[in-house]
Amino acid sequence: MTTMGKEKAEIKFLDVSDLEVQFRVPRRGGFFYQKSAALKAVDGVSFSMTRGETLGLVGESGCGKSTTGRAVLQLLRPSRGRVIFDEEPIHEFWRRKGQKWVWDQRLRDLRRRMQMIFQDPFASLNPRMTVESILAEPLQNFDVIQGVERREKIQHLLMTVGMDPRCMRRYPHEFSGGQRQRIGIARALALGPEFIVADEPISALDVSIQAQIMNLLSELRENLGLTLLFIAHDLAAIRHVSDRIAVMYLGRIVELASAQTIVNRPQHPYTQALLSAVPVPDPKQEQLRQRTILSGEMPSPINPPTGCPFHTRCPLREDRCRSEIPVMRTIETGHQVACHLVS
Amino acid sequence: METRSENVLEVRDLRTHFRTDDGLIKAVDGVSFSVKRGETLGIVGESGSGKSVTCLSAMQLVPKPAAFHPTGSIHFGDTNLLSLTEAEIQKLRGERLAMIFQDPLTSLNPYLTVARQLTEVLEVHQGVRPAAARRTSIEMLERVGIPDAASRIDQHPHQFSGGMRQRVMIAMALLCGPEVLFADEPTTALDVTIQAQILELMKNLQKVIGTAVVLVTHDLGVVAGITDRVAVMYAGRIVEEGTTAEVFANPQHPYTRGLLESMPRIDTPIQKTLYAIPGLPPDLGNLPAGCPFHPRCASATNQCQNIYPETRVISSTHQATCWEVEGSK
Repeated sequence: MTTMGKEKAEIKFLDVSDLEVQFRVPRRGGFFYQKSAALKAVDGVSFSMTRGETLGLVGESGCGKSTTGRAVLQLLRPSRGRVIFDEEPIHEFWRRKGQKWVWDQRLRDLRRRMQMIFQDPFASLNPRMTVESILAEPLQNFDVIQGVERREKIQHLLMTVGMDPRCMRRYPHEFSGGQRQRIGIARALALGPEFIVADEPISALDVSIQAQIMNLLSELRENLGLTLLFIAHDLAAIRHVSDRIAVMYLGRIVELASAQTIVNRPQHPYTQALLSAVPVPDPKQEQLRQRTILSGEMPSPINPPTGCPFHTRCPLREDRCRSEIPVMRTIETGHQVACHLVS
Repeated sequence: METRSENVLEVRDLRTHFRTDDGLIKAVDGVSFSVKRGETLGIVGESGSGKSVTCLSAMQLVPKPAAFHPTGSIHFGDTNLLSLTEAEIQKLRGERLAMIFQDPLTSLNPYLTVARQLTEVLEVHQGVRPAAARRTSIEMLERVGIPDAASRIDQHPHQFSGGMRQRVMIAMALLCGPEVLFADEPTTALDVTIQAQILELMKNLQKVIGTAVVLVTHDLGVVAGITDRVAVMYAGRIVEEGTTAEVFANPQHPYTRGLLESMPRIDTPIQKTLYAIPGLPPDLGNLPAGCPFHPRCASATNQCQNIYPETRVISSTHQATCWEVEGSK
């Protein structure tokens, strides 16, 4: 019995393996024919999440973190790899319709259980809809409840995210950035999801409001038992809300460990550089800090370097880093690194 | 009291108001500060606090007549910038006063090569011959760390990455060796590893060229790393000012303290709940009476609700505008 119980606890709620997303991008090849090239935005990403866990996905712009989030939710069709959501292989829930791939019914039904919170609260709310109709839309689509009950549900949702329910007649432009982000969160919660991908939910907000929204997300996660994939570029912010953190670089995860380990004992040279680049609001410490300042920039994913994707900027690179791609290895329980130099 | 000669820039009681459909917006409302030669002053605040408009007013880049003509004075040496004509300020702008913006893509001209945009500065302001201007421009691009500058100078802005574009902007701003450089959120649009590169670059160049920098940012981490003094703005006014060491070690204004506490930090133990300043940022069209921060302030009293606070002096270099701060008037 005890072994069975243990197995049950270890069941992965979300299991992503070898995820790859390709985009076709036009390449200049003369005026009359445009050649297209393949851009691998996500290149062999694997991770898993247990129920109720928060996983932070950090990296710089263009590293593929948002694309990973979208591909996990099947908002983009992965070109390779598997996404198992609560034992269902959702990467297979697509069907062909003419030239295009569309979601099949199983995926549509699952949408209730997985939702997304977007970065820009100005772009993600329809300016011509009232707050009430914005929040009613998911309820309508899934035909959950109508009439008075629906209105009550909307009022309840607004209160859950710390807003006055009387504001539901108003339009998005009447709210500040932080309030709009709350509305976006309320919309994501409308159908009672179990899994939420939050794509940079705080980076468009003012400093004093960022903490409010992060606390709200932590609180909701606790109260509603949400599983949260939190995507951000800000390592300082993400470590306070995440159980574990995955660091991405050029379409791959280069290090994955508990939030504590990533910050206190980072092993990958990129994680180390990323940490040392985060400014600390303390002038004394800033003077004493030894910074690893990386040279150069992230290479273009259209033309990725051979070998380790980070070798072009890595202060520690060796010969084999130029030719061999390092694989993710477990160096201690719960700590994986993809680097030739880490034993 | 400091004498004017030490201060390369001295702003007194600057007010820039905008007339809008929502009424009169007092974006900057009585701001005073000064910057010494070679010093870096950080202006910190959230969106709408007036930090950018302060710089734009000094550069005379505020659109008129949407704004009331800024009042007060901005002394640059012995000249009051606010009393200059457009032609007169034009002479100073780009040569002795320079500015870099948050988004280099919208502030560089997409039609012109980098070479055109850089050499123009030298040709117009210093009458440098084209060939010499090109040489100097290439040297400057090399100094700001653009690899292969001699050939990249002939490219257009869109052919540069975000970090490289910001380097081009910095090169352009420093070409004539300005006495004051306004940097408006110069690293906000950049990734942290690139931000670290740019901040390092700015620090080193400032040492060599001796430019005074006014750095506008919302990021207290950036301020801690690069500035000598800092001014915190809220709702169009400076609420606290001091040396960077003083303000961070001994913040006095409740807003400064709140900002510092609410910053998620990399160097502290993990906090389950972060401190958050309650409430919303102020609506400039509809500011509350008294101290504009009082609706969000935990220590607000009756007095705070009615009367704008006095500025209290904590030390000869540190002051805060709050009724609750102890210090001399």
